[in-house]
Amino acid sequence: MGEPGTKEVLSLSQLEAAGSLRTGRKHVLSIVVENKPGVLTRIAGLFARRGFNIDTLTVGPTDDEHTSRITLTVDGASNPIDQVTKQLHKLVNVLKIRDLEPADTVTRELALFKVAADGGQRGELMQICEIFRAKVVDVTRRSVTVEVTGTTDKVGAFEQMVRPFGLIEMMRTGEIAIARGRGET
Amino acid sequence: MRAVDAVMECLKAEGVDVVFGYPGGANLPTYDAFVDAGIRHVLVRHEAGGGHAAEGYAKATGKVGVAFGTSGPGATNLITPITDAMMDSVPTVFITGQVRTELLGTDGFQEADMMGITMPIVKHSFMLRHPLELPRMIHEAFHVARSGRPGPVVVDIPQDLSRADIDYQPVTDVHLPGYQPTIEGNTKQIRQAAKALAAARRPVIYAGGGIISANASSQLTQLVREGGFPITCTLMGLGAFPAPDPQWLGMLGMHGTRSANYAMDEADLIVAVGARFDDRITGKLSEFAPRAKFIHVDVDPAEISKNIPAHIPIVGDARNVLEKLIVEYRATEADRGRLEEWWDRIRGWQAKHPLGYADSADSEIKPQYAVQALYEATGGDAIVASDVGQHQMWTAQYFHFDKPRRWINSGGLGTMGFGLPAAMGAKVGRPDDTVICISGDGSIQMNAQELATCAENGIDVKVFILNNGYLGMVRQWQELFWDGRYSQVDMGSFPDFVKLADAYGCTGVRLTDKTTLVQDVREAIETPGPVVVDVRVTREENTYPMIAPGAAARDMVG
Repeated sequence: MGEPGTKEVLSLSQLEAAGSLRTGRKHVLSIVVENKPGVLTRIAGLFARRGFNIDTLTVGPTDDEHTSRITLTVDGASNPIDQVTKQLHKLVNVLKIRDLEPADTVTRELALFKVAADGGQRGELMQICEIFRAKVVDVTRRSVTVEVTGTTDKVGAFEQMVRPFGLIEMMRTGEIAIARGRGET
Repeated sequence: MRAVDAVMECLKAEGVDVVFGYPGGANLPTYDAFVDAGIRHVLVRHEAGGGHAAEGYAKATGKVGVAFGTSGPGATNLITPITDAMMDSVPTVFITGQVRTELLGTDGFQEADMMGITMPIVKHSFMLRHPLELPRMIHEAFHVARSGRPGPVVVDIPQDLSRADIDYQPVTDVHLPGYQPTIEGNTKQIRQAAKALAAARRPVIYAGGGIISANASSQLTQLVREGGFPITCTLMGLGAFPAPDPQWLGMLGMHGTRSANYAMDEADLIVAVGARFDDRITGKLSEFAPRAKFIHVDVDPAEISKNIPAHIPIVGDARNVLEKLIVEYRATEADRGRLEEWWDRIRGWQAKHPLGYADSADSEIKPQYAVQALYEATGGDAIVASDVGQHQMWTAQYFHFDKPRRWINSGGLGTMGFGLPAAMGAKVGRPDDTVICISGDGSIQMNAQELATCAENGIDVKVFILNNGYLGMVRQWQELFWDGRYSQVDMGSFPDFVKLADAYGCTGVRLTDKTTLVQDVREAIETPGPVVVDVRVTREENTYPMIAPGAAARDMVG
């Protein structure tokens, strides 16, 4: 790729090729931060500056009232993710970061689906819910709202199943993750 | 006492003896506190000048530089100095006023979201939410600014909170659980590094600004001398090793010496200390030092393996690591004779490619010669602040720095307008030293208003403008890489810098004759008070040698 000083004209495809380096596996980062104003902005900004798209992001309290836990998932080859975690460590309000190994991690997300299902279709939908251990939380004559928890894959599979009924709306929380075994995440 | 009076107490406890700043509405309370605080305040003419002055002060003294500004435009005028301090790791604290808390988020008069704007360009930032937090916040700001890899910290103080009456208790401890810089280098890694050095046949020590920040020059010099290693420094590292010297290869990188760049290219081991493999150093990254293994010492773990994967990474303070490395290297009892062939090779390059330029046949002043004349006139005994452009590179090449904290320039950000205010800050911090600013006719105009600050406050800086009537570095690139199609680089002939100096209450001098230059420069430096010297130099002179953009170091031109 040309340096800014060289007069080589760059094609759009060259530019795109240079920018689309995000190839590797999905990463789940679990970050403990101090409850200080602006912490989330600092973290989100850092990902944006380093060229990462955050796929999901959840923030919630921990067992210590002074800290919060941020769980976020990003795509990235392992080398750049390493640069981001090092940069995250430099943020004064960040206390701890773990790049969770998928095999050693339990992840869950919660999703709500509002499905267009009238009387005739409701039975079939209920069967699918049964298989996915999903829970019906609201019903009207023309819609059913279902709650599903599970891994991102499971929620995705459920979405595939209910989409043909007519998906009115879907809400997903993004993943939270906890390390397997006795040790702390 | 009022929160703002507590700020003054905190500044004194931190050893602050001078603040560069500019008052306004939102920091009226702060400026009221200055009246009785007993801290020197230098009223600058533009907040950017104050910010760069704080940087110059910090670079010259090693202490934290402090700049104040009001909310809104006062704060946003500090953005360039803050970014500059981030890029060059300058310990600085910027304290800005903010609108009253009831106006926050309402687009109040002179409101700017300073926390939001500065987030990507600060080491850390604070916004005051409760007056009682203020003393601790100020001390935390100084702690973060000066420790680990130094950098800028912003403290934003809403006007109403700054007037609050608080029970001030001195803060003696600072505890930031999420901020624990690694200072001690890992002993095992250091031992491994010593062994690698002892085994290397073609080693190069590559030192950067981190040596200056860590006050590790004597340790660096000792390692280089004991091991008989060749040494090169980055633009930011000049002065870390006393130049000139038989082991000194000169600066490396885009406008470095051929011997330094060739040595990096053929090295089998590169020891990077407090340097970050910037693109101005490496040239084409994939062809950088293809035969070398890398030992990388840095206090910032994020720098290690960022651009070049390190074979032996060592996180730690340069001084701490070098002290241990010297001991470990001594224990290897390595034979200096193994480096003879390497030195022969280097001496060959040095003999064949010395730095040089074609001098004028008449009395015309070549810009390189102007720098040489300055070096000769001062005997090298001066603090030199430069602006950004060709003159900066010529100064780096031809003014030899033999001590740290004497070379003050904007390396990472490349901020035109940095030089004069930085020189001003340096002079305030080091009043007994001769302080020179080497600038260009482009750069000087970006903060020339600070000449008034110098004149008003008797800040005795000597400004040498290498005036070629061009934005010379851009012109050079247009000449070399854009087919000579000059676009918006001719600066014409205004202003008249001698008259400008006069208007600002400084002495103005114009120099055009190389035959008397050294003596004329000496006289200008000996003239009391701030002096502006308009040195008319060759219009179209290029900075060589050069690694062309995107090229490998071994393919230097010029």
